[in-house]
Amino acid sequence: MNGRWGGRLGVGLLVAAVLLPVLPLVVWSAAGTWRYPDVVPGRLTRRGLDLVLDGEVVSATATSLLIAVTVAALACAIGLSAGRAIGLYRFRGRRLVQFLLLAPVIVPGLAVTLGIQVFFVRYGLADTVLGVVLVQLMPTVPYAATLLGAAYANLDVDYERQARTLGSGPLRTFLTVTVPLLRPALVTTALLTFLISWSEYILTLLIGGGQVTTLPLLLFAAIGSADRTAAAALGLLVVLPPVLIVLLVARRLRGRDDAWMGLARG
Amino acid sequence: MADPTLAARLDVSGLGARFDAVTAVADLDLSLAPGSFTALLGPSGCGKSTTLAMVAGLLAPTTGDVRLDGSSLLGVPAERRPVSLVFQKPLLFPHLTVEQNVAYGLRVRRPAGVGTGRASRREVATQVEAMLERVRLGGLGRRRVGELSGGQEQRVALARALVLRPRLLLLDEPFSQLDADLRAEMRALVRELHDEAELTTLFVTHDQDEAVELADTIVLMLEGRLAGEGPPETFYAAPPSLAAARFFGATNEVHGLVEAGCFRGQGLLEGALTVPTTAPHGPAVLVVRPEAVGLDGEVPALVTATRFAGSDVLVDTALPDGQPLRVRVPLGARVAVGDRVSLALDPDRCSVFAQEAER
Repeated sequence: MNGRWGGRLGVGLLVAAVLLPVLPLVVWSAAGTWRYPDVVPGRLTRRGLDLVLDGEVVSATATSLLIAVTVAALACAIGLSAGRAIGLYRFRGRRLVQFLLLAPVIVPGLAVTLGIQVFFVRYGLADTVLGVVLVQLMPTVPYAATLLGAAYANLDVDYERQARTLGSGPLRTFLTVTVPLLRPALVTTALLTFLISWSEYILTLLIGGGQVTTLPLLLFAAIGSADRTAAAALGLLVVLPPVLIVLLVARRLRGRDDAWMGLARG
Repeated sequence: MADPTLAARLDVSGLGARFDAVTAVADLDLSLAPGSFTALLGPSGCGKSTTLAMVAGLLAPTTGDVRLDGSSLLGVPAERRPVSLVFQKPLLFPHLTVEQNVAYGLRVRRPAGVGTGRASRREVATQVEAMLERVRLGGLGRRRVGELSGGQEQRVALARALVLRPRLLLLDEPFSQLDADLRAEMRALVRELHDEAELTTLFVTHDQDEAVELADTIVLMLEGRLAGEGPPETFYAAPPSLAAARFFGATNEVHGLVEAGCFRGQGLLEGALTVPTTAPHGPAVLVVRPEAVGLDGEVPALVTATRFAGSDVLVDTALPDGQPLRVRVPLGARVAVGDRVSLALDPDRCSVFAQEAER
C-alpha cells in the first residue's frame, strides 16, 4: 500500500513538473491585456481560442501531423535496417558507417540544407510536403539508427533462428518475433522522431519555402509580430503532443512494469 | 518399429564448414536410421552445434550434403525443412503466452494444399493442449512465459518443437542450463517422447554420461572431425581411438612397446605388464580405466596417494619406472600411502594404440 502511494506521488510530481511551465502559456493565451505589476491579466479574451480553431491553424496542424507521422514511420523503417547492420554485424568500416549516420546531428543541419536546397529545387521537391518529409529525415534518422542499433545489439538473434526452424520465413519472423522483441525501443524511437519533426522550424521553412505551413511556422510568425495571445495559444498547441506523450508514459509507468525509454528492461 | 511416414533417415556426407581460416567441421559422415536416438558428443568448440545448424538449415555448409530420406536438403531454407530444433536456451517468445508459443509453428507453417491456417484454429488449440499435457504442463497454457521455472520453460520449448511432428528432432544441449535433478528428469522425458512419437532424434551434448544414458548410438566429434561412432558400450569396452578413450574418462595411460602382438610396459620387469594386442609393432600407449585395475595381480607399484570418492576410493600408484597409474578400489580396501601393491590389469578392458595415433 505504501509503495503504491509512493508511486502515485512520484507520478504526480512528474506530471506537475511537466505541466507547471505550461501554466503561464495557458494564462497568456486567454489574456487580452496583462501589464506589470498585475498578478492576473486585466482582461480576458476569446481571441486565442478563436485563433486556434481558425482554418489556417487547423490546416497547419493537419500538415504538421501528416509530416511528423510520416517522418517517424520512415525514420523507424530506416533506423531498423541501419540499426540491424550496426548493431548485429561486425564488418569493415562499421565505425565509419556509425559516424556517418550520426554526422547530420554533428554537422549543423542548416549548412547542409542550404546546400541540398539547390537539388530539391532542381528535382521539384522544394515547396512540397514530400520535400519537407525528406529533409526532416536528416535530424531524425541519426537518433533512430542509434537507438535501434543499441536495441539490436541487445537482441538475441537465436530467437530469430528458433522462429525459422519452427517454419517461419524471414519476413514473418521479422514481423512476429523481431519487431515485438524490439517494441520498447521502437516506441521510444517513434515518439522521439515524431517530436523532433513536430517542432522542426528551420528545415521546414527552407525547403517548404512558406508553401508548406506547419504549426511551428505559424508560432514563429506570431512571436515575430509580438502578438502574445496568439503566440501563447499556438505555443499551447505545439506543446500539446509532448505533454500528452509524457502523460501516456506516466500512465504506463504506473500501470505496468514495462521497459520504456530504457528506464528498465522488462 | 518406427512409423516410416514420420521418422526420417538422415544422411550427412562429407559435411564441412569453414569460416575464413577456421575449419569448424571437416568431412563429416553420419547416418541416422529412422527412429534412432543418436548423441553427437564432443567438448565445446568441437563443431557439434555447427553441424546441427547445418542440418537444421541455419547455416549453409561449405562442402558436403545433408539428405533426409535420400533427398538433399541443400537449398531448402530452414523454415521448409521438416526438422525441429530445440536450443540450449528455451528461447520462448516473451510477448506470447505458453500456448501461443507452442502454437507458433502451427500458425506460421501453413500446410501445402487445402485450407488456410485460420480454418484450423480449434484444431490448433486441441493439438497444443494435448502437447502441453504430454510434457506435463497441462493447464498452464494461459501463463505468461516469464512466470515459468527453468525446467518448465525448456519443456515448453520441447512441446513447441514436437507439436509440429518433425521428421527429425534436433536437440542442442537442451538441458545444460538446468540443475542436476531437473536434468535427469528431462532426460527421461525426452527419451519417453522420442519413443512415443517415433522420432529420429539427434542430440548434441558435451556430457558423456548424458550421451551414454540417452542414446542408442554415440557419435564422438573432436576438433571438427568424427572420432568414433557406435553404441555407448563400445566407448568403454573398446574405444576407437586414444582421444575417444580419453574423452570417456580412461585416464590411465601407460607408455610402452608393441612387439609380436604384445604390449609391454616400459621399464617393467619382463612379463610383468603384457597385454596381447593387434596394434602395429612399435611405440604404443596402453589405456585402461581406473576401475579395470585390481590390487591382486603381479605388476609391482607403489601407492602415492589415496582419495575418498564417495562410493569407492581412488588410489594413485607409481609403476617401477615412475609412470602413474590410478586405481579405483571398493571402500574398505586397506591401502595406505607408501604401501607396495601388485596391480592386475584386465586385458579385455585395456586398449592399446600406436604412439603415432596420439597428437
